[in-house]
Amino acid sequence: MQRYSIFSIARNALTNHKNWHTAWRSPEPKPAYDVVVVGAGGHGLGTAYYLAKEHGITNVAVLEKGWLGGGNTGRNTTIIRSNYLYDESAKLYDHSVKLWEGLTGELNYNVMFSPRGVMMLAHNVHDVQVFKRHVYANRLNGVDNEWLTAEQAKAFCPPLSIDPGARYPVVGAALQRRGGTARHDAVAWGYARGADARGVDVIQNCEVTGIDVEGGRVTGVQTTRGAIRAKKVAIVAAGHTSVLCTMAGFRMPLESVPLQALVSEPMKPVFPCVVMSNAVHAYLSQSDKGELVIGAGTDQYVSYSQRGGVQILEHTLEAILELFPIFSRCRMLRQWGGIVDVTPDRSPIIGRTPVENLFVNCGWGTGGFKATPGSAHVFAHTVAKGEPHPINAPYTLDRFKTGRLIDEAAAAAVAH
Amino acid sequence: MLQIDCPFCGPRAEIEFRCGGEAHIARPLKPEDASDETWRDYLFQRKSPKGVHFERWVHSHGCGRWFNAARDTVTDRFLAIYPMGEKAPSIEELKARLPDVGSPRHAYAENRVAPERVEGERP
Ligand SMILES: Cc1cc2nc3c(=O)[nH]c(=O)nc-3n(C[C@H](O)[C@H](O)[C@H](O)COP(=O)(O)OP(=O)(O)OC[C@H]3O[C@@H](n4cnc5c(N)ncnc54)[C@H](O)[C@@H]3O)c2cc1C
Ligand SMILES: [Zn+2]
Repeated sequence: MQRYSIFSIARNALTNHKNWHTAWRSPEPKPAYDVVVVGAGGHGLGTAYYLAKEHGITNVAVLEKGWLGGGNTGRNTTIIRSNYLYDESAKLYDHSVKLWEGLTGELNYNVMFSPRGVMMLAHNVHDVQVFKRHVYANRLNGVDNEWLTAEQAKAFCPPLSIDPGARYPVVGAALQRRGGTARHDAVAWGYARGADARGVDVIQNCEVTGIDVEGGRVTGVQTTRGAIRAKKVAIVAAGHTSVLCTMAGFRMPLESVPLQALVSEPMKPVFPCVVMSNAVHAYLSQSDKGELVIGAGTDQYVSYSQRGGVQILEHTLEAILELFPIFSRCRMLRQWGGIVDVTPDRSPIIGRTPVENLFVNCGWGTGGFKATPGSAHVFAHTVAKGEPHPINAPYTLDRFKTGRLIDEAAAAAVAH
Repeated sequence: MLQIDCPFCGPRAEIEFRCGGEAHIARPLKPEDASDETWRDYLFQRKSPKGVHFERWVHSHGCGRWFNAARDTVTDRFLAIYPMGEKAPSIEELKARLPDVGSPRHAYAENRVAPERVEGERP
């Protein structure tokens, strides 16, 4: 791997930048691998990276039906935070935030992690009670989160309207200063480059069309580029997890729905942090390019259409303008959707499946970007050892049978 | 936004409806005897297919009545609408009415040649 540094930039400038290597190879699939990862999103690529780096398993392929990072990794609004309510969640998401903090150095790739603070607005007594409960629960778990008055919230984010006459007046906010955003594509690219350098084959335009199971044990996959044998298979396919698990012969507690986002025309820096409002359902930040990045809600029905209904956009923009009247003249440039796999308790599933040596990392739904490094790290451990890492031990598929849910659905109402 | 053909009121905008999720999931008849697996299947397991999905809708801001629908989750096109309590049409039957259900490329071509109108389909 060619390392990126000020010296390599200078050196390559001398040769008119003609000697840069490609960041990763485009290999042909081999007939067999120790581990086949299905899905080259951030979680899948990260899994391959940590398998190679931390567990010495380098005979690994990551199979991707489209282009790497073209799934939800490249479609999300990049909010990163770890102020979840339950102990299990705090451990998992904070593990991830800690990895984000060193990820650019770890990968020698600028993932543009920007801990600019994530502020969640409270609009009524219920919000205040719930968020204060979060603040205290988070502190007990060593996760930073603090309570702000409406005036303090306004000082932290000047474009915010705290007009008490508003339809949904802001009465306070919870702020996680370590939260923020990162560059979505860069995470996929950085992990792909790091994994490739350690011998992992990242194979794009290779759709898995079947999963071979013999005697309750996985033996390989069928793909649009031929059959590939594998000792272990790891499904990290976000919205397509149900489709893949059906191929392996079992059902999942998941529903796939479109979630959409949109961006405005670029503007000068005006919005210093991330603001989320669960009550009016809006979340907003400004990218380094200057676009407002706005997340909207999910459609109400199962769909793989990657589009999203227009009424949902309208609803979100109404909410945004209620909170930030300053943006009323701002034009929207682009809108898109991603297919998110939602679990009944809004927590992910990371672990074994009814088929031996077949593992799954899914159910991140509307909020798994923030978890990318942590999820990949503990999942690589799970796949390598056949046993979960202590952090993901509670996130079994079995919990939907035992009833030991991690109910962030009730806790957060909405999660990103 | 979808246009949904309420069997009682006719075609209306999706915002008048709520989707009730996967259809034909029966509550265990003898709850006290149901195993943990049975409860899991009833409460949590969902098909979430890429292709034909059988689901329930309610015209909550209209007549208030429930009905079942078969919809292609790739194109979001409604393929059939049928009463609550009735058995789902077979996927084969639906496929015969609209060949190659599940392929967006095909549906796009279908749209351009104005297919024969299917009940509940978006015009
Ligand atoms: C609009 C939107 C906004 C969001 N906002 C946030 C946010 O602010 N913060 C946050 O934390 N999370 C957010 N999320 C959620 C987040 O994007 C996801 O949880 C996360 O990116 C999932 O990463 P992944 O690597 O698991 O999945 P993906 O990036 O979707 O990767 C899965 C890959 O699997 C591939 N695949 C599927 N089927 C097959 C097959 N049969 N064969 C081969 N490959 C296959 C897909 O093509 C895809 O590339 C948002 C999501 C959306 C859609
Ligand atoms: Zn009606």
